[in-house]
Amino acid sequence: MHKHIKNIAWLIVALLGASAVSGIALNRGESINALWFITAAVCVFAIAYRFYATWIAVKVLVIDETRATPAERLDNGRDFIPTNKWVVFGHHFAAIAGPGPLVGPTLAAQFGYLPGTLWILVGAVLGGAVQDMVTLFFSTRRNGRSLGQMARDEIGPIGGAAALIGTFMIMIILIAVLGLVVVNAMKHSPWATSTVAATIPIAMIVGFYMRNLRPGRVLEASALGVILLLLAVVIGGWVDHHEGLRVLFDHEGLPLAWGIIAYGFAAAVMPVWLLLAPRDYLSTFMKLGTVILLAIAIVILRPEVQMPALTQFTDGTGPIFGGKLFPFVFITIACGAISGFHALIASGTTPKLLANERDIRMIGYGGMLLESFVAIMAMIAATVLEPGIFFAINSPAGVVGASAVDAVAKINSWGYAVTVEQMNQLAKDMGESTLFARTGGAPSLAVGMASIFGSAFGKSMLALWYHFAIMFEAIFILTTLDAGTRVGRFMLQDMLGNIWPKLGQTSWMPSVIFTSALVVAGWGYFLYIGVIDPNGGVNILWPLFGIANQMLAAIALCVATGILIKSGKLKYAWITGLPLVWLVVITTTAAWQKIFSTDIRVGFFAAANDLTEKLASGVLSAEKAAVAPQLIFNQQLDAYLTMFFILVLWVVLMDMVRVTYYYLADKQLLPSTESPHEPSRLVEDWVRD
Amino acid sequence: MKTKLLSFWRMVRRLSGDDAYEQYLKHYAETHASIEDNPEALPPLLSREDFFKQWQDGKWTGVKRCC
Repeated sequence: MHKHIKNIAWLIVALLGASAVSGIALNRGESINALWFITAAVCVFAIAYRFYATWIAVKVLVIDETRATPAERLDNGRDFIPTNKWVVFGHHFAAIAGPGPLVGPTLAAQFGYLPGTLWILVGAVLGGAVQDMVTLFFSTRRNGRSLGQMARDEIGPIGGAAALIGTFMIMIILIAVLGLVVVNAMKHSPWATSTVAATIPIAMIVGFYMRNLRPGRVLEASALGVILLLLAVVIGGWVDHHEGLRVLFDHEGLPLAWGIIAYGFAAAVMPVWLLLAPRDYLSTFMKLGTVILLAIAIVILRPEVQMPALTQFTDGTGPIFGGKLFPFVFITIACGAISGFHALIASGTTPKLLANERDIRMIGYGGMLLESFVAIMAMIAATVLEPGIFFAINSPAGVVGASAVDAVAKINSWGYAVTVEQMNQLAKDMGESTLFARTGGAPSLAVGMASIFGSAFGKSMLALWYHFAIMFEAIFILTTLDAGTRVGRFMLQDMLGNIWPKLGQTSWMPSVIFTSALVVAGWGYFLYIGVIDPNGGVNILWPLFGIANQMLAAIALCVATGILIKSGKLKYAWITGLPLVWLVVITTTAAWQKIFSTDIRVGFFAAANDLTEKLASGVLSAEKAAVAPQLIFNQQLDAYLTMFFILVLWVVLMDMVRVTYYYLADKQLLPSTESPHEPSRLVEDWVRD
Repeated sequence: MKTKLLSFWRMVRRLSGDDAYEQYLKHYAETHASIEDNPEALPPLLSREDFFKQWQDGKWTGVKRCC
């Protein structure tokens, strides 16, 4: 009887999910309620978790509850510690969820709400969550080895080197594009700039508190920090209205970019306890709090989605970034559907905490589903805006024109209603001087969040909500920037240490300064170019980041597929093989178009050639002609970078195919590095106190 | 209700690392008991401040955050 009730309950979930998804997919012409998105996500994720993830755990990976995990066998009370599964889940989720799932869906909303939403749902269930779970499992069976090590041990040295270089390059591009997002949010906004600036001393106060004043009292210090952050948002409003102070924080993009670059260097050289660690606590608490608040607000308010299911920009003429629906929606939404970066967390860090293999499904698969849920909410926040307003905020001046009248006329010509007065009123409500051409996704997400929060919890505080949202985005973008620069520095020191061992010493100050400067110069260059680019830079950098991140995901899936085949599970290899094939198809297509397309808004070389001709024939304004040589060089550089990414991907893929062939032909393979079975001695209630 | 709140609070402390030193003391005592015949094998007990310094520095080497 009990079993029947369960079956019926799952059947209801399945029917509800199916009707929600088809409601979203088939709805045309009328607006649709955001609650359908939440319903669709919850049902699809619940079913996938209950059935697909369980099937993978039991049949494919053959999870063994009686087997001791590395945390148990190597328990040292520090990095290897058997930990309660909810605690591991919290750590894992905090580590994988960054600003990516917020920015990607916002940009992809230019195609309409449907393509992005479907890709988030399907991509997470069949791709991203599988990648995270399988990587977590294989790393757990190999004493928590990193993705790069597993690639080297199981496939061959090429895979290992590719994973290392790939990670380094992604880091550089990711930081540049995130820096650009923050710069665009702070441009000519004294309120946003002063609030974001205040987060730096606040983090230092928190760092000092938990290091010296009350050592180890992490929660006290964080509570203090959160209060100070909220105060900083309020005080920012006061600064904005103060004639003398406001000019101190009212800047063009370029000085702000230099500020970010200087900050990034300082943060990479300074000790972690002073800035990075406390900032991370604050960003984790803000992230959790805001995401929960947003979910509650959406459920209370049930806003209508204003964006059509599909826009005319599926043909590749979109203002936010050029390129057709296929393959660019799959590149733009990387985190939130499938993110190669997660494989770095799922291998190395998380496995060392796992108390029992049976927790792998919840932490690996479930963690990714929760991140996808964040992406769905970002999609909702972007699409509840009037499409006219959405495009006015997100279209760069280079596409729609620099003046408000031009921009509005252009957007109206696409069939989206918006007026200059409407935009001025909105900017006034949000406490900004203008909201035109605020590219990068952060301002439009903040407007979306502010209108949702404002309607749910009181409209009078729209400007406060807007700047709260900006602060919330900025604080964890800057955390990623700090942490990423530092990781990049470690990697570079590791690589350079092979040439001159002294450079590899992570505590030798000259090496620290030298390698930090190199990493900062790397992303600083792309950030600088992005800021001087009249098309906003995001349209170039974000696809580049997407291609790089999907390349890393493909490498992780290659490693996983290779290990599955080597361990005699060829018939199940499709669980990672299928998403791998899809990623190879979209990444290769996107890279091909970015390199060879003759459309100047898609092809890097086409854009470079077009600009070269314009420069030679003298049709460019003096201002544009001054930066043109740099932009031309950058477009060419981006084309070669894309070539490099795709080459790396195909080399690793071919190596994996070689492993498969060797296996089928019974040839000599690298031995499996799985650690031998040891029975677990942990009693259930001991771990789960 | 009270026990639920208490266990929630314990979870928050564990998640944030607020109780890391207590966990360390517990682990230390257990390890100490198991190797009683050779006490020199165990490194000296760290103070709360020193432990926190090592714990925090260790937490931040390697890839700990992503996009």
